[in-house]
Amino acid sequence: MSSSSVPSAPPAAAGGASPSTGRKRRKRFSLLTRRDKLTLGLMVGIPAFIHIFLIWMPMLGSIVLSFTSWNGIGGLDKIKFIGFKNYENLFSNYPPFWPAFENNLIWLAAFLLIATPLGMLMAVILDQNLKGTRIYQSVLYMPVVLSLAIVGFIAQLMYSPNMGFINNFLVAVTGDPKWTASGTAIDWLGTPGLNFAMVLVAAGWRHVGYVMVLYLAGLKSVDNTLREAAAIDGANARQTFFRVVFPVLAPINVVVLVVTIIESLRAFDIVYIINKGLNGLGLLSVLITNNILGEASLIGFGSAMAVILLLISIGPIIYYLARTMGREAE
Amino acid sequence: MTATPAPVGSRQVVTGKRQRPHYFTHAFLIVVSLIWFLPLGWAVYTSLRPYGDTGGNARGYFSIGGAYNFNNFVNAWNQADLPLHFLQTILVVVPALILILAFASMVAVALSRYSFRFNLALLMLFTAGNLLPQQVVIVPLFRLYLALPMFAPLSDNGIWYDQLFGIVMIHLAFQLGFCTFVLSNYFKQIPKEINEAAFVDGASVWRTYRSVLLPLARPALAALATLEFTWIYNDFFWGILLLRTGDKFPVTSALNNLSGQFFTDNNLLAAGSLIVALPTLIVYFALQKHFVAGLTLGSTKG
Amino acid sequence: MADLVQRSVSRRTLLKGGAAVAALGGVSAFLAACGSSSSTPAPSAASAASAAASAAPSSAAAPSAAGSITFGSNYSDPVPQKAFADTMAAFTAKTGIQCTINTVEHNKFQDTINAYLQATPDDCFTWFAGYRMRFFAAQGLATDISDVWQTIGANFSDAFKTASTGNDGKQYFVPLYNYPWVVIYRKSFWQQKGYQIPKTIADFTALGDQMKKDGLIPLAFADKDGWPAMGTFDILNMRLNGYDFHVGLMAGKEKWTDPKVVAVFQEWAKLLPYFDPQPLGLTWQEAAQKLINKQAGMYFLGTFAGQQASDQATHDDLDFFPWPLHGTQYDSEMAIDAPIDGFMVSAKAKNLDGAKAAMEFLGSAEAANTYLATDPNDVAANKNADTSKYNAFQKSSATIIAGANKIAQFLDRDTRPDFAGANGMQGFLQTFLKNPTQDLNKFLSGIQSFYDSLPPQ
Repeated sequence: MSSSSVPSAPPAAAGGASPSTGRKRRKRFSLLTRRDKLTLGLMVGIPAFIHIFLIWMPMLGSIVLSFTSWNGIGGLDKIKFIGFKNYENLFSNYPPFWPAFENNLIWLAAFLLIATPLGMLMAVILDQNLKGTRIYQSVLYMPVVLSLAIVGFIAQLMYSPNMGFINNFLVAVTGDPKWTASGTAIDWLGTPGLNFAMVLVAAGWRHVGYVMVLYLAGLKSVDNTLREAAAIDGANARQTFFRVVFPVLAPINVVVLVVTIIESLRAFDIVYIINKGLNGLGLLSVLITNNILGEASLIGFGSAMAVILLLISIGPIIYYLARTMGREAE
Repeated sequence: MTATPAPVGSRQVVTGKRQRPHYFTHAFLIVVSLIWFLPLGWAVYTSLRPYGDTGGNARGYFSIGGAYNFNNFVNAWNQADLPLHFLQTILVVVPALILILAFASMVAVALSRYSFRFNLALLMLFTAGNLLPQQVVIVPLFRLYLALPMFAPLSDNGIWYDQLFGIVMIHLAFQLGFCTFVLSNYFKQIPKEINEAAFVDGASVWRTYRSVLLPLARPALAALATLEFTWIYNDFFWGILLLRTGDKFPVTSALNNLSGQFFTDNNLLAAGSLIVALPTLIVYFALQKHFVAGLTLGSTKG
Repeated sequence: MADLVQRSVSRRTLLKGGAAVAALGGVSAFLAACGSSSSTPAPSAASAASAAASAAPSSAAAPSAAGSITFGSNYSDPVPQKAFADTMAAFTAKTGIQCTINTVEHNKFQDTINAYLQATPDDCFTWFAGYRMRFFAAQGLATDISDVWQTIGANFSDAFKTASTGNDGKQYFVPLYNYPWVVIYRKSFWQQKGYQIPKTIADFTALGDQMKKDGLIPLAFADKDGWPAMGTFDILNMRLNGYDFHVGLMAGKEKWTDPKVVAVFQEWAKLLPYFDPQPLGLTWQEAAQKLINKQAGMYFLGTFAGQQASDQATHDDLDFFPWPLHGTQYDSEMAIDAPIDGFMVSAKAKNLDGAKAAMEFLGSAEAANTYLATDPNDVAANKNADTSKYNAFQKSSATIIAGANKIAQFLDRDTRPDFAGANGMQGFLQTFLKNPTQDLNKFLSGIQSFYDSLPPQ
C-alpha cells in the first residue's frame, strides 16, 4: 500500500491528478525516506485493516452464509451449503418477510415524499432570516440530537392509550371519557397499520430537522446575486426557487436523498424499543437481528435477509460515490 | 465547504424594495414550532408530576394541579442504575472518539496529501462502508466477536463479545468511513505549499501530520467530535447486539432493559427518558455551531 | 467503578489468580478450610491456578481452584435475585465452595443463551425444563448430571425427573420450582359483585356476559411482547385436543393444518369477545394492573402476575382457579401449563466437581426452602420441601398443580426455539389476534410451511 506515496497536489487547486503532476510526484517519491513510507503505510494500513476486517469481510461472509444452513452451534464444519433454499423459503414460506419489506418501502416513501419536502420547506422559510429564526431552527432541530430509542419512549408518552397525551387531550377537548377508557380508546401503537403510521410520524419528527439543517447549509451557499438577477428579471419567489436555487442545490439533493434512503433502511431502534418489531412494525433490520439474537439462530436465513438488504442499499451507495467522487476519478 | 460555517441563517437576504410583513409565515412557524416542541414539553411536564396525581383515578394526565417536584428524576436515576450506565457510556465514547479522530485524520492526510495508487479506491471503500446498513454485516460479525480472542483488561472473558472494547471497535470501524471522508475533503483545501515547506524543512511525514496538518484541522475535528459524540452516545443497536451483561450496557442501550415500574408509570418513564436525553441536548445547545458544522461538512462538498 | 472492579476481580482473579493470591498467604488458611470440605480438586481446574499452585510451596493453594464456581443467573428481578443469592450463600456456608453469581436481565439471558453457552459460559446456569432444555443438551452444550440424580432423585417425583431428562435418557437439569398458569381474580371484588368461580366454559361465558353488563373487561389480556398469548393457545389446545396431541404438535409430530388445530382457533375466536379487545398494545404488567385496579374481572396468566400487586394486602386479595372445562373427553386430564425453572451445568464448566456439588445442593429440600423463604410466589419442585410455611397463594398453586394429571411447560419451552420466537409463533398468534375471522386454513398452513422450512435438527 505504501508503494507509491508522494505528496500530492491538492485537488482544490488541480482538481485531480494530471499527467504532468504525476511525473513530478514520482520524482518526489524517491525523496521520501523509507521511514516516511513506512509511516504512511501504517497511517493508512491500520485503520484500513480495522475497517475492512470488521465491515467488508463480514459483508462477504453474509453473502457466503446466505447459501448455507447453520443453527449457529458448533464449529464451522457444521455449516451445510444448501444453494438458494434460504431465498426460496424467504420469499414463499416466511410470512414476516413481505410485510417487513413493504414496511421498509413505506418508510422510504414517507420520508422521501413527506418528511424530506417538509424539511426543505422549513429550510427555505427559515433561510429568509425572519425575526426569531434561530429559535425556530433550534426547536425544529432538537429532536435530531435524540436517539431513535428515546424518540420511541417519547412517542409512547404521546400515544399511550390511557396515559398518553393524545387521548387525554381528546378527553379534555370533548369532555367524553371514552377516549381513554379501555376498549374505546384508540390504541395508537397496538392497532396494526395505525401503529406503523404513528411510528413514521415519530421518526419523521426527527428526520425533518435533519433535512432542514442540510438544506439550510446548502441555501446559504447559493450566491445571492443569482436571486437578485432572477428578481430583476421579474421572477416570483416560486420561480426563483425552482429555476435558480434548486439546481444549485444539486449536491445537497444527492446527500439528502442518500441519507434518507440509508436511514430508512437502517431504521431499527424505534420499533425495537416499542415492541421488537412485532404486530405490524416489522422491518428487515429487525427480522435479521431476531435471527441472530434468540435461543436458536438461523444463521443462513438471517444472512439471506442481510443480502436482500445489501442489494437494496448498494444502488444508492454507488450513486452517491459516483456523484461525489466521480469527478476526482476522471 | 468552509471550516466553520457561520451559524446557519446569519446571512441577510437583500430583497430590497419588496419587503413585506411576514405575519402568515410567522404564524406558520409558530404553529410548527409548537407542534415540534410538544412531545419534549409534554415529557418534561409529565416527569415533574407524581404518578399519584395523574395515573389511576386521579386528575388524569391532561390536568393542572397537584404536586410538582423532581422525585421521578431521583427515582429513575436510582431504579434504572443510571450512574452505572453513564459510566459505561463514558468508557465507550471517550476511547472511541479519540481513536476515530486519530485514525481518520491519519488516513485523510495520507489519502489527500500524498498520492497512493489506490487512494481514491480506498476513500470510496471507507465511504461506502460507512453507508452500509449495520444489519448487512451483523450475522458474521456476531460470530467473529464470539471467536476473536482478546486479553485482559480489554476483555474480562477472553473474547470480543460482551465487552465494551468490542463496542468501541465497531464504532471505530463504521465511523472511520464518515470522518475520513469529511477530513480528506478538508485537508484537500489546505494549500499544498504547506506540505512542501515542511518537506523542505526536512520534517518527516509523521511530524508534518502531527505538528502542521493536525492543528490546522482543529475546527473540523471539533465539529466531528461533537457530531460523533452524539452518534455514539445515541447508539442503541450495537449495545443490544454485542453486549450481554446488564451492568455493561451504555445508557442508551440500557433503555431496552427498563423494567418493572417503568412499564406502568409514564411519569417515571418520562423522567428516565429526559435524563438520558439531557447530555445530547446540552451538547447541542452548548456547541450548536460545531454540531451543525459537522453535519454540513460532509455534505456541502459537491 | 467499584462494581466494575468487583466484577473483573470475581470473574478472573478468583478463578485463575485465586491460587496466586492464596500462595501469597493472605487467605490460604481460609481457602484450605473450604477446600477440605469440598470434593477433590477437579483436574480441569484452570491451568493458571495449577501452575501457580505447583510453583507455590503451600499445598493449600490447589483446592482453592476447586473451591469456587461461577453461576450464570437470569433471576434479575429484585426478589428472585435476592432469593437466589440467599440460596447460594447457604450453599457456600454448607460446602465452603465460593459461588460468584453473574446475573443477566431475564429476556437478555434467553436471547443470548446460544452465544453464551458456546463462548463463555459459567460453570452452572439457570434455565427451563422442556424442549428448551433438551435442545441444548442435544447440542452438546450441557453436562450430563445423571450421577447427581443418583443422590437427589429421591427428592423428586417421576414427572420432574422426566422433565429433567434429555433425549438420550440422561439427566441434564435440576428443577427448583414451578408455577401454574391460571385464571386470577380479586377475592374481595368478586364477593362484592357476587361472582362465582366458573367450572365450565358455559359458566365462564355467562360470567363474562355479567361482567360486561357491569362495565368490566371480563378477561384482561396482553400480548404486546408476543409470548403471553401462547398460554391461551396451550390451554385451549389441551382442553379440546388433549395433552398428547398438544405435545405431539409441539414436537412437530402433528400438523398445524390438522382440523383439530382449526377447532382451537375457532373456539378462541368465539371467546375473544370476553378478552380485552386491545391486547397488542399492552404488556402483561399493564394487563395485571387492570385486574388489580378492578377494571378487569379476571386474568389468565402465570401466577407471577401477583408480582404486580404493590402491597401485601392486595397480594393476599388475589386468588385463582384453573381454566374452565370445555366438556371434552380430555377434561379429566385437568392439564395445565406449569413451567419448571431450574439449573444446568454447562459443557465447558471449569470446575465440574464444584458445579455438581452445587447441583446436588440445589436439588435438596434445604435449597428449595431457602429460595422460597425469600420468593414465596412459586411452588417447590422438591417433594421434601417444607410446605408448612406456604402462603395462601402458594397453597392454591400447589393444589392446582397436584390436581393436574398432565403438565405441559409452555409453548416456547415445549417446541423448538426458532419456531417459537419473534419471527415465528409470536408473530403468528398476533396475526390471529389482529384478525380472528380470517381464513384459518390459510393461516395455519402458513404456520406449517414455516415449520417445514426450518432446518432439520
